[in-house]
Amino acid sequence: MADTQHLKDLVTQVRRDIVRQVHAVSSGHPGGSLGCTEFLVTLYNEVMDHDPSFNMDGVNEDLFFLSNGHISPVFYSVLARSGYFPVEELSTFRKLNTRLQGHPTTHEGLPGVRIASGSLGQGMSVAIGAAAVKKLNGDTKTVFTLHGDGELQEGQIWEAAMYAAANNVDNLISTIDVNGQQIDGSTDQVLALGDLRGKFEAFGWKVVTVTKGNDVDAVLAGIKEALTLTGKKQPICILLHTEMGNGIDFMMGSHAWHGIAPNDEQLAEALRQNPETLGDY
Amino acid sequence: MKIYENTGSKDTRSGFGDGLTELGQKNENVVALCADLTGSLKMNAFANNHPERFFQVGIAEANMMGMAAGMTIGGKIPFTGTFANFSTGRVYDQIRQSIAYSDKNVKICASHSGLTLGEDGATHQILEDIGLMKMLPGMTVINTCDYNQTKAATLAIAEHHGPVYLRFGRPKVANFTPENGEFKIGKAVLLQEGTDVTIIATGHLVWEALEAAKALNEKGISAEVINIHTIKPLDEEAVIKSAKKTGCVVTAEEHNFLGGLGESVARTLSLNHPTPQEFVATNDTFGESGTPAQLLEKYGLNAENIALKAEAVIKRK
Repeated sequence: MADTQHLKDLVTQVRRDIVRQVHAVSSGHPGGSLGCTEFLVTLYNEVMDHDPSFNMDGVNEDLFFLSNGHISPVFYSVLARSGYFPVEELSTFRKLNTRLQGHPTTHEGLPGVRIASGSLGQGMSVAIGAAAVKKLNGDTKTVFTLHGDGELQEGQIWEAAMYAAANNVDNLISTIDVNGQQIDGSTDQVLALGDLRGKFEAFGWKVVTVTKGNDVDAVLAGIKEALTLTGKKQPICILLHTEMGNGIDFMMGSHAWHGIAPNDEQLAEALRQNPETLGDY
Repeated sequence: MKIYENTGSKDTRSGFGDGLTELGQKNENVVALCADLTGSLKMNAFANNHPERFFQVGIAEANMMGMAAGMTIGGKIPFTGTFANFSTGRVYDQIRQSIAYSDKNVKICASHSGLTLGEDGATHQILEDIGLMKMLPGMTVINTCDYNQTKAATLAIAEHHGPVYLRFGRPKVANFTPENGEFKIGKAVLLQEGTDVTIIATGHLVWEALEAAKALNEKGISAEVINIHTIKPLDEEAVIKSAKKTGCVVTAEEHNFLGGLGESVARTLSLNHPTPQEFVATNDTFGESGTPAQLLEKYGLNAENIALKAEAVIKRK
């Protein structure tokens, strides 16, 4: 197995970035961000062929669309630490005149962001459009998306899922962050999602399940498996089982930290649990 | 006064379809998406000529708008086609976030707007779409008046970078603007010079405004007629100039008076040159089934009512 220590170090640093960003403005969404840290760190550092000098069209690059835009803290940290913009800019998160808006947007020209997201359910459609144009342009790269599991309650997701299967969009890998939590409680309590594998397979997708979505090695293996399934006339879904709030013990296993920022003491404890590895911003 | 001749009634949607066909041949970056209304939108020729650039999305307008936004990434110019109701109200948040806020170069092309959709009734007759679209920052809003102008507008918006809402309709209406005429986004067209009253019209009501001007002329009233095809950005200079000249204004549109052309004109005038104004528009109501002509008459969206409002507003000077 490849040595992934550098990814694990980056994961720890990104967790620090997440809690420091939301703490500084007493707002934002740490829970889902922490749960998806291993996925985004792995995707941007070990999987995607991408250019941090950033061109909107992204021709001959792999593309990523964040559909559940509220986990912007992890997205911004990963983009900054991939070289899209200076890590110091993370200190402007959610502040007046920032490029790091509460939810990601192209409006202020933040490099690395290709579409606004936050109002849920739209990213898969956008990714399908981008994937279709890649085929028109003879561009063989892959388009990735990330969605929350609660986001699957939006009808547009299933319009998009139906289209992608019917039209053989096989250069698309959509990952679902299956953490079983949403704002009002567990997904089972709010609106049960049922058999997600069965649903996606019935729509005509190939499904890869990653049961250890907070293990960098398991995530990497899952994405690599998904990549072997591209180009075979079917879209691909990764069901990524994660723990909301992962890496900070008092935030884990609950929906309570979906959209709550830590106070000073909680921040100190969160940082104690995640020692600085690559340097704070 | 200038006489405009109907060179043969045609539907504005065919102007869109023929414009799109031409675009398909001359601009390989143009792609088209349709939500199961290819025939109604007259997109068949494009679909047949360029199957690789035509995307049938099924009855799934939200997905269509999202896909269109994504297709701009990689340099394409997507044209979406469905009815005006399903092009706006049904997908407002998709347009707002994925297209307008994200500044994507998508052309939202909407047929069957207004009452003249006819017999299908109020579920399909949107009278709020201009308002919905003009409130979106950065959105250009165009409502064309005849076949020739719709075709010209379709060609013009491909050359304009940014999101555009292009609104047209179902019935055959008088075709009177020049064939292959120049279409300048944001530029009013002065159709008839006059001195007593200004009639500012958009869409299907431009022809009605010309007919009203003729009737007024027979009564010795000189009406200026302006065709506003671009509601946003509005040609404020043309509006103010004419209002200064005639001293009173009638606006005419196949839309609710709330949120329509009339309100945009009123804002411009109140800021720059307060002027008495009357509105020919629907009065905060839904439509209903009927023939286009019956509906235009019942809701007062015709030459006769434009002329009545013109006489009324002249008295308010």
